[in-house]
Amino acid sequence: MPEMRMRDALREALREEMLRDETVFLMGEDIGAYGGSYAVTKGLLEEFGEERVKDTPIAESGIVGVGIGAAMAGLRPMVELMTINFSFLALDQIVNSAAKLYHMSNGQINVPMVVRMASGGGSQLAATHSHSLEGLYAHFPGLKVVCPSSPADAKGLLKRAFRDDNTVIFIEHTANYGLKGDVPDDPDFLIEFGQANVLREGSDVTLVGYSGSVHQATRAAVMLQEQEGISAEVIDLRTLRPLDIDTVIRSVQKTNRAVIVEDDWKFGGFAGELSAQIMERAFDWLDAPVARVCGKDVPMPYNRNLEFAALPSEEDVVEAVLAMF
Amino acid sequence: MDISNDTLLDLHHRMVRIRLFEEEAGKLQESGKVPGALHLYVGEEAVAAGVMSHLSAEDQITSTHRGHGHLVAKGGDLRKMYAELYGRSTGYCKGKGGSMHISDLDLGMLGANGIVGAGPPIAIGAAFSNKYRGTDRVTICFFGDGASNEGTFHEAANMAALFKLPVVFVCENNGFGEFTSQARHQAIKDVADRAAGYGMPGIITDGMDVLAVYEAAGEAIARARRGAGPSLLECKTYRFFDHVGVRGMGVVYREDAEVLEWRKRDPITLFESRLEEMGLLTTEAAAQVRERILFEIREAIAFAEASPFPAEGALMEDIYTVRGAAR
Ligand SMILES: Cc1ncc(C[n+]2csc(CCOP(=O)(O)OP(=O)(O)O)c2C)c(N)n1
Repeated sequence: MPEMRMRDALREALREEMLRDETVFLMGEDIGAYGGSYAVTKGLLEEFGEERVKDTPIAESGIVGVGIGAAMAGLRPMVELMTINFSFLALDQIVNSAAKLYHMSNGQINVPMVVRMASGGGSQLAATHSHSLEGLYAHFPGLKVVCPSSPADAKGLLKRAFRDDNTVIFIEHTANYGLKGDVPDDPDFLIEFGQANVLREGSDVTLVGYSGSVHQATRAAVMLQEQEGISAEVIDLRTLRPLDIDTVIRSVQKTNRAVIVEDDWKFGGFAGELSAQIMERAFDWLDAPVARVCGKDVPMPYNRNLEFAALPSEEDVVEAVLAMF
Repeated sequence: MDISNDTLLDLHHRMVRIRLFEEEAGKLQESGKVPGALHLYVGEEAVAAGVMSHLSAEDQITSTHRGHGHLVAKGGDLRKMYAELYGRSTGYCKGKGGSMHISDLDLGMLGANGIVGAGPPIAIGAAFSNKYRGTDRVTICFFGDGASNEGTFHEAANMAALFKLPVVFVCENNGFGEFTSQARHQAIKDVADRAAGYGMPGIITDGMDVLAVYEAAGEAIARARRGAGPSLLECKTYRFFDHVGVRGMGVVYREDAEVLEWRKRDPITLFESRLEEMGLLTTEAAAQVRERILFEIREAIAFAEASPFPAEGALMEDIYTVRGAAR
């Protein structure tokens, strides 16, 4: 299995799906000649040509809408939005059309489109460029929401997204693009949606994360083991919709404690949903209230120290775990 | 054109102040002292200077992600600007906004904006307020050729003309949206063409010639002030540096020859020779202007570097205003 970075794994997924299916085409700002803001599409214009790798004007609402129409008319578009923050300009198209058309049209219309976008802070780009709002998209019935945390997952999940007949919101954490890992080169390598990944087994507490926050959770698990002798299980949700709640519940029934880690704001965020589901299904197994370690409820500040303080850290996770014992 | 010697020298001063501010900011970034993303304005100085020279602090502007030049030209405090780039608590946004989000309400600067195309509707709102309250204030909306493809621009342009608002859309057409040339992002050559579709005049001017900008902006602003409605002024210009940061040459998305061609028409050099011909400026005098500004800049950078970082407790402040609480 070749080792590669997540951005390269994503590119491999795009390449393979384009080779497999002629109806797949890519659209986005600076994805062609420039190769994408995070270099995911680099080289694809040269390989597939301008009809299949389309540089677009800066027009998020427009290009997502074009994607929807193209999907309705027989193509499988992948629309890249530079960041999740800019996806708000396209929110109407995503929510009022892509997510709802199947239901509203008596099943006549479905929108097989993949919308990729980057999320996450940590680069001092401040509040218009740094948020993680995966949970926002998970809120809308009709959308599938995928948040990979590793190169192999990124590839398997992105390939799977192209085989879906629904709109898939595919969110990539900027801190993950450079991560290295072994990635299967089998062109049929797919990772099913709704299958959480138990990254580390443990018996005392369950740490749940996805995308970027999986890594804080994993580092916290190591610290807990080494410094406190606490055995933490780490679960990577991989997809928020569909949500593999069963894996989480099984784990909580074993460990009796759960901490949810996410970059997104705490108030009204996905961690709240997950916490409620754990409470509904595993209340009797819990030895402590479910804890949430999330981003602070504040627009992302520019200053390095403040930005760091606004994001959840492994120390925050450790602290939350210790408070449960 | 009727233009006083003082105004001519002031235009020069504004341009040089922007240039030096940006060059120093670029150096600070390259040396790792200033983080984040800096979208520098070098090459486009004539636009900000030529427009801003008609405005008072009462008049407003909406800016873009490439906003330093606008604020410097409007009289921005260089100390607070550098302090913001450094992420210090003495900065314009207490270190919370950074390069892309600096505003100064006292100067009518409604904000740089990290979201492309966010400015136009905001400018229309400010213009709406100015008309509503019976003032003769004017609002200038700066935007790029790239931003002219966002729906928000079109929605704003339509409303500006429909409501006959005192606003001037100033398009800084530098030929690129990030790394995509204009020819690859729109089928027209002149963004000014779009004005007709909304029922307002569209004017094209040489954005490297500060006097041309000054004159065209003067007319559009006067028109807005007297209640005759909005216009769109397109300034053909060029960014000498990269989309973000300094480099700018030896990049894949444009030819060095093209950069050099535009650099021959450096707005500051062009204007300096004009001023020399007019007997208003000598090489020595120009050097003195630079020295004075560099002095101001060095002092501002020292201020920034000596300023504290925001306190930890500042994180959860400034989310809601308490101003309205008493009402
Ligand atoms: C809504 C949105 N989409 C994309 C971006 C990323 N972006 C930042 S600047 C820029 C190009 C803007 O081009 P233009 O308006 O011509 O201004 P210029 O950079 O040339 O001054 C892009 C695409 C953004 N900040 N906001």
